[in-house]
Amino acid sequence: MESLRLVPKAEALQTAKEFKTDQEVRWCPGCGDYAILAAVQAFMPELGIRRENTVFVSGIGCSSRFPYYMNTYGMHSIHGRAPAIATGLAASRRDLSVWVVTGDGDALSIGGNHLIHALRRNVNLKILLFNNRIYGLTKGQYSPTSEVGKITKSTPMGSLDHPFNPISLAIGAEATFVARTIDSDRQHLQSVLRAAAEHQGTALVEIYQNCNIFNDNAFEVLKDPGTRDEALIRLEHGQPITFAGRGVFRDALGELHVAPLTEDNQADVLVHDAHHPNPALAFALSRIADADTLHHTPIGVLRSVERPVYDDLMGDQLDLAVEQQGPGDLGALLTGKDTWTVA
Amino acid sequence: MTSQVDQVEAVDGSDDGEGRSGPVPPPGVRQRPAKPIRRVDRVIIRFAGDSGDGMQLTGDRFTSETASFGNDLSTLPNFPAEIRAPAGTLPGVSSFQLHFADHDILTPGDAPNVLVAMNPAALKANLADLPRGAEIIANTDEFTKRALAKVGYAADPLGDGSLEAYHVHRVPLTALTLEALKDSGLARKDAERAKNMFALGLLSWMYHRPTHGTEAFLRQKFAKKPEIAEANIVAFRAGWNFGETTEDFAVSYEVAPARLPLGTYRNISGNLALSYGLIAAGQRSGLPVFLGSYPITPASDILHELSRHKNFGIRTFQAEDEIAGIGAALGAAFGGALGVTTTSGPGVALKSETIGLAVSLELPLLVVDIQRGGPSTGLPTKTEQADLLQAMFGRNGEAPVPIVAPATPADCFDAALEAARIAVTYRTPVFLLSDGYLANGSEPWRIPQVDELPLIDPDFATGPNHDGEFWPYQRDPATLARPWAVPGTAGLEHRIGGIEKQDGTGNISYDPANHDFMVRTRQAKIDGIDVPDLEVDDPSGSARVLVLGWGSTYGPITAAVRRVRADGGEVAQTHLRHLNPFPANLGSILKAYDKVIVPEMNLGQLALLLRAKYLVDAESYNQVRGLPFKAAQLADVLSAAIGTLEEK
Repeated sequence: MESLRLVPKAEALQTAKEFKTDQEVRWCPGCGDYAILAAVQAFMPELGIRRENTVFVSGIGCSSRFPYYMNTYGMHSIHGRAPAIATGLAASRRDLSVWVVTGDGDALSIGGNHLIHALRRNVNLKILLFNNRIYGLTKGQYSPTSEVGKITKSTPMGSLDHPFNPISLAIGAEATFVARTIDSDRQHLQSVLRAAAEHQGTALVEIYQNCNIFNDNAFEVLKDPGTRDEALIRLEHGQPITFAGRGVFRDALGELHVAPLTEDNQADVLVHDAHHPNPALAFALSRIADADTLHHTPIGVLRSVERPVYDDLMGDQLDLAVEQQGPGDLGALLTGKDTWTVA
Repeated sequence: MTSQVDQVEAVDGSDDGEGRSGPVPPPGVRQRPAKPIRRVDRVIIRFAGDSGDGMQLTGDRFTSETASFGNDLSTLPNFPAEIRAPAGTLPGVSSFQLHFADHDILTPGDAPNVLVAMNPAALKANLADLPRGAEIIANTDEFTKRALAKVGYAADPLGDGSLEAYHVHRVPLTALTLEALKDSGLARKDAERAKNMFALGLLSWMYHRPTHGTEAFLRQKFAKKPEIAEANIVAFRAGWNFGETTEDFAVSYEVAPARLPLGTYRNISGNLALSYGLIAAGQRSGLPVFLGSYPITPASDILHELSRHKNFGIRTFQAEDEIAGIGAALGAAFGGALGVTTTSGPGVALKSETIGLAVSLELPLLVVDIQRGGPSTGLPTKTEQADLLQAMFGRNGEAPVPIVAPATPADCFDAALEAARIAVTYRTPVFLLSDGYLANGSEPWRIPQVDELPLIDPDFATGPNHDGEFWPYQRDPATLARPWAVPGTAGLEHRIGGIEKQDGTGNISYDPANHDFMVRTRQAKIDGIDVPDLEVDDPSGSARVLVLGWGSTYGPITAAVRRVRADGGEVAQTHLRHLNPFPANLGSILKAYDKVIVPEMNLGQLALLLRAKYLVDAESYNQVRGLPFKAAQLADVLSAAIGTLEEK
């Protein structure tokens, strides 16, 4: 994988078991995090890189306990700061595969600033944003992705704030890779992880994750076999965007609409282009879901474009400096150009 | 032998303790028979003008000329936070003070012998600092009715006799500069801007400064605008020639090179020395330096400087905020870099939580705080020492952090190396507490040989340390430091975090006894850091008063001590470089004196710590004016303290 070209390869095929630690997993029974953890542990061997060159960095929140359960290097840091910490690590160690695990409160509220700046810089980080639209670890307050009017302990009369759409936000921050997947769909989750790992630069993967204690069934419409086919739009690069007998169309103003497929309009169905340099299409797709019902929720890779990676650019400047100035000579530096001698 | 300073002091009696003692140096070789030359042992010059007048550049150049001539020197830049404060106003005045001598000096000086006042505001803002008999060089072109009225002068002080106590040179600096540049083809506005170089030329003549350095500097600075370079050089030479020819300047002065200890010297500011110290720490530890920083006055120069030395493998990261700056540095430290973050007081407040995380993770990290006036935004360009307690206690929980404070601009180099040694050896964040005075001030620095510099051993973990397993919190019994195992090391994969950890394994633990043990162990690790004993300077051995300072007050305190001793007073002096932990012998030193005076540029923060830890009645002497102490002021305090004891 080009994105991991500087990371040492594993000598032998690794197993999911090797990526598990001896620590007891302490999420609530039934939490969506279990499925994500199992999917990630099973996926990691596929990368073929050395376990010791893999690092998971997290902030604070339920999801941020994740590193304790990955038998790699890991840091459970402080609230919202994981992207900043991981930036320093990834930028100074290009031989590492660095993953950030965060939640909707951690990434979008207290850590919002770090997230958008990591995305614009295109540091070689894979950010897994577990979005359950609620604060779990602090026992059930509304989060920056909660729907307006959410009744929680801190909002007994309903929450007032308009929520963030993490995908729209990431695209607005000029992220080079933005995708969405769902905790319960392991196959899809792993396909998105694969695409993220292959991407050079920052990848933001929003994972819809169920908090069965404080916000149960928040994404049920996307999971229930009876509703999901009509609710989910599965994006595939280069493929017409269709689902459940419907298609996505773009009008003259560039706005997207969902309409039933007919023989007449088949040819006009929008073809997904995740690699388009202009983020307008990806942004429009990120807005197509109905915020209340979650109908027409796109999953898959919304955007994946190439842009130089921050860590590489930083490393290149170091190399260039040596080329232009020669390797650092401490004695010469300290002496400088303007000296006098007392004899 | 004439001393400009001594003459002045004879008038107002304000000896600042910086006079030369010891043998007279050999006579200078320069001879200019046209005008009499007086040899003086030291001079204090202050350049003052509008923020846009280029006073800092002028001062820097005069400093460089002086350094290359071989004088000892000390500087005090003083400027407003605004980039272009309203022209002609008192708050807009920017000044640069330089003290240079033929002997070892310690401070930028209390009272200037010469004030260059580029406008009425500069005169008014600085006049109170001038002793009677001082020379004033005033740019008469700027003493217009309007400019005078702007700062509240009813009459022109240059003409109303109010400056009778001074030796005033009325020089039309602007007109003379324009005249010198009339053939340059430059617009009036551009030509006028060279008037600071005219002033520099004049002062360079007055004090026999070498001029080739300034000319070379101007050519390089304006390499892309040769006509501007040429104009500045013409103005500079015109100023020099003006001094040589005009009747008003009857005398020039010579200050012989200083007899400093043997070695090769350069002039260096605190922030530059600190930057070099960080680079040296990287080289001497073999660790790549990673600086995560957010621009803030007066620390930004370190970010600028380090970013110029990428060929040393130094990564500089201008973060989105202060928190990300330290976060990235800590992330890099986890990866095996020498993580550094540079900031000032308000930035430290934002970084506090991450410093706490570093305490818990027990990773090496340097937190450089160039203190400035507070609270809040405070006085961004002025100096203060009021972050000591923030550095000491400004975190949640029991989160001890070692503190190292440099004493002089050049000492910032050694202090940075010392902070790095502690951070790496003990796996801990370390505060390096400099301040605005050290950061921007400069002095000669004896350039060390690289192989004289201490080596720092990162001692990375390479294999299991506990029955074939790796325990990230199994400590070194001597230092209590935990192993530093960096990603990429096979078999040492481990997870660490801010949650309390079980001793040894590092696994999450909420066990009460374990938490109690871990809190005490982290404290014991910091308390046990190996710091050198304090040395006391007490030549007679019978002093009853001890003066104890820390950080940048070293210069003024030492100058005050010299003065008191010159007057026959007995005073002992010691100075703290390590604020946490304190040197082991500090308690016994404090108890050995009848009175302990602690001068600080805060309201008594070190005194509070001393009283709490040693139960001594340390007396604070405080000033928070955004400026360093004056030596004479401290000498009075010390003499009074000695007097009180003698009365008893």
